[in-house]
Amino acid sequence: MSWEQALLIGVLAGSGTYLVMHRTLTRIILGLGVLGNAVNLLILASGDGPGVTPIIGQEGDFTDPVPQALVLTAIVIGFGVISFLLAMAYRAWTIDGNDEVEDDIADRRIARHEQSPDEGDAT
Amino acid sequence: MSALLPLVIAVPLMGAGLSLLAIRSRAAQRAISVVCATATTAMSLSILIGVDRNGTEVAAIGDWPAEIAINLVADRFAALMLTISSTMLLAVLLYALGQRTDDERSRWYHPAYLVLIAGVSGAFLAGDLFNLFVWFEVLLIASYVLLTLEGNDGQIRAGTTYVVLNVIESFILVTGVALIFAATGTLNMAVLPERLAALPDGIRLGLNLLLLIAFGLKAAVFPLFSWLPDSYPAAPSPVSAVFAGLLTKVGVYAIIRTQTLLFPDTNRELLLVVAGLTMVIGVLGAIAQSDMKRILSFHIISQIGYMIMGVALGGVAAISATIFYMLHHIPVKTSLFLVEGIVERETGSSTLGRVSGLARRSGPLAALFLIPAFSLAGLPPFSGFLGKTAVVTEGLEQRSWWIVGAALAVSLMTLVSMLKIWGGAFWGAPDPMPSNGEHAGILRKHPLMSGVTTAVVTLTLLIAVFAGPLYRFCERAAIDVTDSSAYPTAVLP
Repeated sequence: MSWEQALLIGVLAGSGTYLVMHRTLTRIILGLGVLGNAVNLLILASGDGPGVTPIIGQEGDFTDPVPQALVLTAIVIGFGVISFLLAMAYRAWTIDGNDEVEDDIADRRIARHEQSPDEGDAT
Repeated sequence: MSALLPLVIAVPLMGAGLSLLAIRSRAAQRAISVVCATATTAMSLSILIGVDRNGTEVAAIGDWPAEIAINLVADRFAALMLTISSTMLLAVLLYALGQRTDDERSRWYHPAYLVLIAGVSGAFLAGDLFNLFVWFEVLLIASYVLLTLEGNDGQIRAGTTYVVLNVIESFILVTGVALIFAATGTLNMAVLPERLAALPDGIRLGLNLLLLIAFGLKAAVFPLFSWLPDSYPAAPSPVSAVFAGLLTKVGVYAIIRTQTLLFPDTNRELLLVVAGLTMVIGVLGAIAQSDMKRILSFHIISQIGYMIMGVALGGVAAISATIFYMLHHIPVKTSLFLVEGIVERETGSSTLGRVSGLARRSGPLAALFLIPAFSLAGLPPFSGFLGKTAVVTEGLEQRSWWIVGAALAVSLMTLVSMLKIWGGAFWGAPDPMPSNGEHAGILRKHPLMSGVTTAVVTLTLLIAVFAGPLYRFCERAAIDVTDSSAYPTAVLP
């Protein structure tokens, strides 16, 4: 792995993680997309350096074809999942007009319990 | 090579395709699902019998040499998990047909369900780390669809957490896989043990932790469990029954494979601590809840702790105890969710306090709940007692006193939280008082649902009755699993 690759993967992973920390679903999805690209580049970098096309009949120093096959699969899976998430974000937006990720039920109950300890348990 | 190994994956996948073609006819979709699920169950059973008789079966896809092929491998452990999971998937499918809810009427239910079957089968059989990741993704994507099928507010909210966390989990898993490939130059699980053993300790530790975090999130172990009790209750009952019974156990299966085959004897102390905390925190969560589905969801977490405890203790006896525990846990947990589904169908709610006096209204339904509930808590003579005794005995043998103490205390607390459901939903006066006409019995009103539930509960009783031969089988499976040279010798010629 060259230092340029390492730097690129680091920057992508960092910015992806930053975006995922947000509360709006759109940013989370963008973050997951960026994070996914960082991981895909890491797969690509896990093989050896560039070389001759690995086809029967060729001679010389071959590139490793396995990471390329892996990364192709990973890209397709990532694409499918991100599309599904986008559909979910759209659905969330049509239901209540925003795409913020809400607190879960237990969190909300605890928050209510802190405000008024007597009524908090009725969910 | 056995032709059945690829077929248990291919048949449900082809069924999913056909089901999409038959999207206009619900009857055709149902027929396709039932045929495919039955065929998968029958094939898994025949694989199980074949593997027990002749030893590990391997299918090298594309007929490449075993070192470079993407292998499907069924040893006794994989075949056992495959059989129990496909049986449960078939049972829950029939239950869903009987329930006739809106989800099952959705055109996308059956294709997604069949893809889920294929994904689970593939994950158990994968003989290659990347292939394992792909089958994980297949079953996860199917589970995303099933979880958010109605697309209502609650499901979207729970689904968002579930999907986002699982996508991050996949990234961690792929990172681990990529780094393992960079370090060893292979992903074949038969070649990996030798190459991983040659790596420096620090690198092995890092790679092992990456895989443990990814699979641990899937299995919902402490501290990676918070998504589970929030997302599972949002799904309709038959779907959450499958999720509860199976999906976390696929994660446990992957952890067992990683810790015995790829990284034997690494991180055992860490796993033991994690196991203890998973048990205790899971059961404390269960006690604090007031909704049946949420209580049962927290129980999944604490039960996962027992399985991880067996993995952490290591050795043939502890691994066979874990395998037996998984074998017992899958049908027990599924049946509890199935009973919950009948309750919800009958009363329209799963919140304790809104449901009460069910025992007065239907004795048999109460019995169907009590048997798996006692079994989960570990009371004799049910299967859970045998599973827990096996795990705890091994803990005593290895003198890990505190984990044994935790296991026993958690068992007691499980019973307490089960009694909470019992006291809330089943005991007491029926509310509202049923009129005379309603005494016909809840079970008779939903024949298919109660038939399937009874069958699954009977299965858990049979596991207790035939515990002797089953346990001996689990021991043979554990010998395969713990002997790290058995798997490579079986796969490589």
